[in-house]
Amino acid sequence: MNNSSDSAVTVHVPRDSAARSVGADEVAQALQDAAARGDFAIDVIRNGSRGMLWLEPLVEVVTPQGRVGYGPVAPEDVAGLLAAGMLDGADHPLRLGIVDELPWLARQNRVTFARVGVTDPLSTKDYVEHGGLAGLRAALELAPADVVAEVTASGLRGRGGAGFPAGIKWKTVLDCADELKFVCCNADEGDSGTFADRMVMEGDPFLLIEGMTIAAHAVGASEGYIYIRSEYPDAVATMRRAIGIAREHGWLGKGVLGSSLDFDLHVRVGAGAYICGEETSMLESLEGKRGMVRAKPPIPAIEGLFGKPTVVNNVLTLTTVPMVLAHGAKAYQDLGVGRSRGTQVFQLGGNIARGGIVETAFGITLRELVEEYGGGTHTGRPVRTVQVGGPLGAYLPTSLFDLPMDYEAFAEAGAMLGHGGVVVFDDTVDMAAQARFAMEFCAEESCGKCTPCRVGSVRGVEVIDKIVAGTHRDENLALLEDLCDLMTEGSLCAMGGLTPMPVRSALAHFPDDFLGGRRLLEIHPVRATEGTA
Amino acid sequence: MTTSGSDVSVESVVRGVVARHRDQRGALLPVLHAVQAELGHVPQEAIPVLAEELNLSRADVHGVVTFYHDFRREPAGRTTVRICRAEACQALGADSLVRHARESGLTLGETTADGSVTVEQVFCLGNCALGPSVEANGRLYGRVGPARLGSILNGTVSS
Ligand SMILES: Cc1cc2nc3c(=O)[nH]c(=O)nc-3n(C[C@H](O)[C@H](O)[C@H](O)COP(=O)(O)O)c2cc1C
Ligand code: SF4
Ligand code: FES
Repeated sequence: MNNSSDSAVTVHVPRDSAARSVGADEVAQALQDAAARGDFAIDVIRNGSRGMLWLEPLVEVVTPQGRVGYGPVAPEDVAGLLAAGMLDGADHPLRLGIVDELPWLARQNRVTFARVGVTDPLSTKDYVEHGGLAGLRAALELAPADVVAEVTASGLRGRGGAGFPAGIKWKTVLDCADELKFVCCNADEGDSGTFADRMVMEGDPFLLIEGMTIAAHAVGASEGYIYIRSEYPDAVATMRRAIGIAREHGWLGKGVLGSSLDFDLHVRVGAGAYICGEETSMLESLEGKRGMVRAKPPIPAIEGLFGKPTVVNNVLTLTTVPMVLAHGAKAYQDLGVGRSRGTQVFQLGGNIARGGIVETAFGITLRELVEEYGGGTHTGRPVRTVQVGGPLGAYLPTSLFDLPMDYEAFAEAGAMLGHGGVVVFDDTVDMAAQARFAMEFCAEESCGKCTPCRVGSVRGVEVIDKIVAGTHRDENLALLEDLCDLMTEGSLCAMGGLTPMPVRSALAHFPDDFLGGRRLLEIHPVRATEGTA
Repeated sequence: MTTSGSDVSVESVVRGVVARHRDQRGALLPVLHAVQAELGHVPQEAIPVLAEELNLSRADVHGVVTFYHDFRREPAGRTTVRICRAEACQALGADSLVRHARESGLTLGETTADGSVTVEQVFCLGNCALGPSVEANGRLYGRVGPARLGSILNGTVSS
């Protein structure tokens, strides 16, 4: 080994569950085993992920020049990397350069994700050294109404899908006179193609705690709940540990940071129901009931959890608030376009060469995201469609790739941004099958409260099957149109109300797929990049 | 309430779990998760005990247990493998994994006769940039092709 310095070299190996899903634990173990055998000393830090997921496991070595990256590293690469001088940042086919300078990362505008992948998620020291708590300290100096005013002025809109202004929601809760109020974080993140909530919770959990504590101060809440889906066990464990650490440090509990604010936080785990991401359904679930959607009004801000005034916000909404308080509403407001202010955390997934987290100001186009950041498909075939905004979002053809990513432009094109998930499909996709799946998913996940959604979705599957089979095609196409109208207009919530969006967009942009002309695809095998774990 | 041996143990487990979670607001979901963690499923005998302990009707408890996909009424196999079938994984051939499982004699939603494996579907594991994704006994796997699924199913991938 050619690392001769006597002090330990710091090496980062992510512990994000996506990185672990392709072998990060084994890589960390291989490094530690080699250190135990060899004549060098290393400190392995398990950081969050930088969000360049195609490079995971991404190993970073701290050198005088900066953090030098190697990736994707398989456990069996470790010996060769060490022999080549990785601990000095030496050259190797897997060497990527200084990670902060990689164009994919350097071009982004990371606000919410500023610390994710950089720090040790559970180190309070890292957190504070990298700007943590500045927002909360600033908020605690202000009267609640002034915190609300700052959030309102920033233009921050809910990142969970609906895009409702956070400040207005908070003001409603603040104006309620109740003794007991709640802050609930919606961490159900059920949309396919979205993983940003998970990555923040695993990679920078104190940020969510800070954001929720600011919200508590702003509205006068004393208790908070984070409702995390059960599919995210690592996020659950990390958040629970972070809450424990925060309590020990006086960041939660009685007299937060020596102020007069009393606030405590709990993690609750969902139980595998997509509909529990809908806010009223989530509240029912938190109360220990079936996740049935409640009719609004009353809105949760006035009658929410256990009938008390409740702030319900998405993880990304709450994790953006600390920056707004630390740097001021204007700093945030200056980013973005039109009425879509600040940054959005786009998540590139599906059949994409370079998938991961792209946080940029609103207004970037799909083309930039999919072609420039994403580098086209993973299979190397042409892109055929992109579904934006989760299972209730539209399928868009490449002819719409110059659409700017903002709430209003998307609504105009019959699409939605939702939680910022962008799922890419290549030319082997069968759009009639995707439309059918949208109906099937709705049937599977409907809360069952209203007929258009519960029964209409089952009918939808049948009708699409008939269309594809060529049975009375015109009549059934007309019937599908009717059904979509009925679901859109007659459903209580967006589960039934938006399921027609993927169906109609598939029909509108890819009508030939419904004519039985496209043979049921022989799905391509995954390219030879199977993970190593 | 019957008094057979197994019911008594279900009953004592459930009462113990409730005792630990009783002070939580709306405790039923945390309680059900804990019962399932201890017993592997939520047996029918647990329902009247839960109803009594939490001051709910049996129908309420039954309604909650059956609403959520996670709660099982029957024990699962020793290994539970969940294949993600949501859109991002579909785009990378999730269906070919389901087909592979079927060709190996494993049907979604069922447990093998020898009780070794239960294969299920799941909609999104939050690993959508590294699909197709599979979870086995709580551990997440990315970029899973049929060969890797085979070794997960055979338990040859360390977990
Ligand atoms: C079917 C359905 C599923 C939803 N799933 C989520 C989700 O997983 N996470 C989320 O934050 N919001 C979800 N929402 C939106 C929430 O109802 C709510 O608007 C949001 O949590 C409010 O937070 P925000 O204002 O910070 O966006 C969903 C809505 C519907 C209708
Ligand atoms: S639209 Fe569907 S999910 Fe929403 S309330 Fe009605 S039945 Fe429930
Ligand atoms: S769609 Fe499979 S992990 Fe998200």
